[in-house]
Amino acid sequence: MKKIESKHLLGLEKISKKDIETIIDVGFTFREVLERPIKKVPVLNGKNIVNLFFENSTRTKISFELAEKRLSADVTNFSASSSSVQKGETLKDTIQNIHVMKMDCVVMRHPVPGSCLQLTNYVDVPIVNAGDGTHEHPTQALLDMMSIKERFGKIEGLNIGIVGDILHSRVALSNIYGLIKMGANVKVCAPPHLLQRGIEKLGVSVCYDVDDLIDWADAINVLRIQRERMGIGLIPSTREYRTFFGITNERLARHKKELVIMHPGPINRGVEIDSEVADSDQAIILDQVLNGVAVRMSVLYLLLGSKDFE
Amino acid sequence: MEINLHKNKSILLNKEQISNLILRLSHEIIESQKNIDSIAVVGIRTRGEIIAKRIIQNIYENYKKKIDLGILDVTFYRDDFSENLGSPKVGPSDIPFNVNNKNIILIDDVLYTGRTVRAAMDELFAFGRPDSIKLGVLVDRGHRELPIRADFIGKNFPTSDNEHVHVLVSEIDGEDKVNLVKY
Repeated sequence: MKKIESKHLLGLEKISKKDIETIIDVGFTFREVLERPIKKVPVLNGKNIVNLFFENSTRTKISFELAEKRLSADVTNFSASSSSVQKGETLKDTIQNIHVMKMDCVVMRHPVPGSCLQLTNYVDVPIVNAGDGTHEHPTQALLDMMSIKERFGKIEGLNIGIVGDILHSRVALSNIYGLIKMGANVKVCAPPHLLQRGIEKLGVSVCYDVDDLIDWADAINVLRIQRERMGIGLIPSTREYRTFFGITNERLARHKKELVIMHPGPINRGVEIDSEVADSDQAIILDQVLNGVAVRMSVLYLLLGSKDFE
Repeated sequence: MEINLHKNKSILLNKEQISNLILRLSHEIIESQKNIDSIAVVGIRTRGEIIAKRIIQNIYENYKKKIDLGILDVTFYRDDFSENLGSPKVGPSDIPFNVNNKNIILIDDVLYTGRTVRAAMDELFAFGRPDSIKLGVLVDRGHRELPIRADFIGKNFPTSDNEHVHVLVSEIDGEDKVNLVKY
């Protein structure tokens, strides 16, 4: 008997609301495990999980690795920079080679959107998307929703704002799919050229003034301004971005309201968010990190623990 | 050939009998320990938790002692967890006291193969090193698959393989009853 319908976690676009709820609920159970003196449970004893990282990552990789180890799985790490990918090996060959070595699950980050979906054609073990290009980053959105639920006790009916580079953000897209499915109201806020055309079709509303967003929202997810995009003329300067879209101390002081601040990290202090804001009580950024381990444990447990799975 | 799908059900214990058995378990637990303050009662989710709470209430009423209560969800420690994923809900364990140097009384509703108890003992050690662990159950139905026995037993019911002992408690099921169900 399966606990969730999904065989893989490729994104939140196709997954059912019930599956999302199950993952978050079981996530809270693992949160309790993380509070124990011995933070390890033997559920995935003897399972092999390979982490394929074709793109740099610090916290997602550490978070997945911790989650896997705390479930007692055996972990194999692979990063593109030190592998045969440098010698011209294709994704298909890499994955088939790893697969014949009897892996039970693949966690992959890759710069190409849809690469995880492609992977499902080559191997028949559960695939977990740890970020595929500008497409989706489902575990990040799941941990964001878990953190929202932890803070508010619910997700449905809340007003959640997302501010930053929506166009290039897989975090934003997964959050939009997930939050809308869970019944939250989502408003995105960005410079117009950093928003997809027709994004309203996903069920979100759009605003261009971050002050309007603060007035409206119960919680705001502040996206990182990716410095690598600065040079190509998308953002004139970090100071200008901070002036118009930064979640600054003065701006929040003006609004005088209780607003929960989230950030997927890594933070550019003084650009998209002020240091004082990031360190304040209204920020749940460190809760998000802890929930990240718990929700990833939940995903792996639910995907790998199923009997149907051969 | 017609297959009979109707379950054969008979009542093993009624409300009053259950209440008396739990009361007797409570007294036995207290009598077994020299130092009452070192006792902690840990119930295994879900019906063991209810029985543990009643035992603590009994001890409070009869001995005026507040005993620590813990709750274990052993799902993550089961050896058959991949076959057992259909279990309705995984919940967090709740051990709100320091396990070190405690004399733990583990409580479950039915003792059967012993695998749940094995899982519960493993999980307890993730919280610390208790001085001792003892086991109390409402019903022992036999068929052990591991070298485990109960220290406090409400009632022994030798059963056959095609029978199941269902413990119902009013907090969850609306009534107190123990049924023997034949498949």
